[in-house]
Amino acid sequence: MPRSPVTIQQADFDLSAEVAALRDGDAQVGAVASFIGTVRDRSEGSSVSAMELEHYPGMTERAIESMIDEARQRFHICSVRVIHRVGALMPRDQIVLVVVTSAHRHDAFQACEFLMDYLKTQAPFWKKETTPDGARWVDARQADDAALARWGLKMDNAA
Amino acid sequence: MKIQVRYFASLREALGSQEAMDVEAGTTLGALRDQLIARGGEHARCLARGRAVRSALDQVMADDTAPLHDRAEVAFFPPVTGG
Repeated sequence: MPRSPVTIQQADFDLSAEVAALRDGDAQVGAVASFIGTVRDRSEGSSVSAMELEHYPGMTERAIESMIDEARQRFHICSVRVIHRVGALMPRDQIVLVVVTSAHRHDAFQACEFLMDYLKTQAPFWKKETTPDGARWVDARQADDAALARWGLKMDNAA
Repeated sequence: MKIQVRYFASLREALGSQEAMDVEAGTTLGALRDQLIARGGEHARCLARGRAVRSALDQVMADDTAPLHDRAEVAFFPPVTGG
């Protein structure tokens, strides 16, 4: 029974270890594409000193697993790994990892971007930033809805 | 029908993390939101029509038309901001 491709955790992650695990024993892989999202120290014109990430346990994993199923319908990919951190994070910390392996680069690049566009607007995570004016919930961006719409998916989040 | 209603992020801070409710058979997700708004107070403010509130039924994104069922798990939350 293979482990789930999705992990929600407080702990940090290691890109090299995750790539190695995904490639292990799979000689069909000819391309590995990865994305890491990190915490910025500025947002909407304010400095950010800390971030708290909340999620909906259970729904989060289900939502991302169904995104991976959708990616498999659209692209020729071998395997996928998604790790998203929750809890207290600091500027420069890693937040999210998406790794996709494929026979060729085009599908790996595309699937990685597709999964991030999908996750940004459809996975139940919420960020709260600490700024000099106090803590505030981050507003969803319509640009993220537009990014998902490029793939032919009209599923508004921010609007 | 007995259902569980959960709130997340800014809605959780204002309304608490969850509550058990009893609703009539045939209630839709949108009708449930209207019932909660009708309580007034923080519920009316946080769930007001025109505010960006997303919802899920049994841990899958769902809209106002979704029919609820006995033991349904409903959630209300602001637009998501992960990644």
